[in-house]
Amino acid sequence: MKSRSWFRRFALFFGFAFLYVPILSMVFFSFNNSRLVTVWDAADSPTLKWYRALLSNDQILGAAWLSIKVAAVTATGAVILGTLAGLVLARFGPFKGRTLLSGMTTAPLVMPEVITGLSLLLLFVFLEQLIGWPQGRGFATIVIAHITFAMAYVTVVVQSRLATFDDSLEEAALDLGARPAKVFFRITLPLILPAILSGWLLAFTLSWDDLVISQFVAGPGSTTLPMVVFSKVRLGVSPDINALATIMVTIVGLGVVLSALYMRRQERRVALEMQMAKSEK
Amino acid sequence: MPRSQTRQLQKPPIDAWGAGRLGLIFSLLYRYGPPRWSQYVRKHWAGQRLVIAVPYLWLVLFFAVPFIIVLKLSFSEVRLAMPPFAPLIERVSDVAYAVNVNLGNYAFLFSDPLYTSSYLYSVKVAAISTLLCLLIGYPMSYAIARSAPTLRNIWLMLIILPFWTSFLLRVYAWVGLLKTDGLINQALGIFGLGPFTMMYTDFAVYIGIVYSYLPFMILPLYSNLEKHDLTLLEASADLGAGPIKSFLRITLPLSFPGIVAGSLLVFIPAVGEYVIPSLLGRSDQLMIGRVLSDEFFANRDWPVASAVSIAMLLLLVVPIVLFQRFQNRELAGAKK
Repeated sequence: MKSRSWFRRFALFFGFAFLYVPILSMVFFSFNNSRLVTVWDAADSPTLKWYRALLSNDQILGAAWLSIKVAAVTATGAVILGTLAGLVLARFGPFKGRTLLSGMTTAPLVMPEVITGLSLLLLFVFLEQLIGWPQGRGFATIVIAHITFAMAYVTVVVQSRLATFDDSLEEAALDLGARPAKVFFRITLPLILPAILSGWLLAFTLSWDDLVISQFVAGPGSTTLPMVVFSKVRLGVSPDINALATIMVTIVGLGVVLSALYMRRQERRVALEMQMAKSEK
Repeated sequence: MPRSQTRQLQKPPIDAWGAGRLGLIFSLLYRYGPPRWSQYVRKHWAGQRLVIAVPYLWLVLFFAVPFIIVLKLSFSEVRLAMPPFAPLIERVSDVAYAVNVNLGNYAFLFSDPLYTSSYLYSVKVAAISTLLCLLIGYPMSYAIARSAPTLRNIWLMLIILPFWTSFLLRVYAWVGLLKTDGLINQALGIFGLGPFTMMYTDFAVYIGIVYSYLPFMILPLYSNLEKHDLTLLEASADLGAGPIKSFLRITLPLSFPGIVAGSLLVFIPAVGEYVIPSLLGRSDQLMIGRVLSDEFFANRDWPVASAVSIAMLLLLVVPIVLFQRFQNRELAGAKK
């Protein structure tokens, strides 16, 4: 038994080293004075000059702002559509076309991004010819494309959350005379709120991070942050991208820790409330 | 009191469902049928159609229709016009239509070795990366599943955390490590080894894919390994089996569904991967995702690009269908 616990520690140590050394190396070298990213200039480091360079780079700032707007709209749209789809799949029982709906919600999860991007671009081109909309490509087309693939993730999250508890609470509310819409907003929605929140965050991240689909459906003048970063790092390493990565890792790290704490509290509260509701019977 | 009697006492007034003229019939159905929310919703609520219709229409318009367009375009002929292809059915005069169904794009894919070799290369890269992912991910998932419950959540959070940071930047981080004057070669240099050429090789692509998709391998494996009944291992130890034999005969076969799920989740996106080979990979041998994008943007040959994507999908149909069935089974299992 002792040898196996040694093996487990070894696996964890090397696994996490593999996952985190690259990220930490970016953080470390973002404070490096030298332009040669991987050579530590001990004389003038650490320095914040790459952060200053980043914050005065209008191209990057503009692209970041566009990406935030796209991601926020995408996440909201994806959460609405994905929650509806998840609810339909988990609660509405069999109906005509259910198989097609469930296929269409999981397919984008595994569809190669290049194909999703290509097919949506072709759709937009056809639509423009047919009905004159969308005129050119930009914010709207990126958001539509992102919602389409992000809602699949939200659907899966919501659907599996709904599958973890049966519909007895909803049924009870219906027995007591509540209308289905009221049941949804008063019972179902509060119960799946943690799933909806993590779905929103997931959709935001997926949209914020997407390069391939954006490259297909973006027009001139709507360059998202990943597109700028990609064109920069294709030419080789550049230190201000390290600074950008550090900022993003910090925000994400804080966000993940805070949301994990929040979710745990939320889930405990729901569990407590359910227990109290049961004991009142 | 029997359950059915309680129900009747709490029965809502007929009009509460807004069912109008049919309210009486519905209330009878309600009294005698086993009441489940899905049934109420189906029988009593007109809004349910709307709830189904909204995501349905969205997906049909932005997922199914684009796909049909790609399929249609893959049979079209390329033309020097905007849009650069011939329509399938063309009006030649007032009475005549020409049908331009063209299989040439597919014939072209098979005749030009550029395409076949990049398909085979993509499958090879994806398969090797999946195997490496399994080799690294399995011990990690195992170690996490067998550690103390309080630690488990922390480990899992640490596995997921990189996934929330930018994929592009995580791939970029490897450029700094793998370069000829990068960190790995500097570290090896201390021991008098190297420098090795690692950038722009297959090795770099494997590393990039394994690094980016490792959480997809670990999470399904973990959720499988965590459910195992550990008394089975005790029993096998009692009966005299060593730890390795117990692992091979009990844990490994039980974790097979997790292995399949994780491998498919890595393999499928890896075949169509575009960013990782563009940043880290060879320039003399392209993966199929890159070929598609070049065909579309550089050559502006939309029909061939469409044919490439249809052929890529055909290649992925078997793993995708496997994954879908698996996903449905898991969801059905969670319901129980």
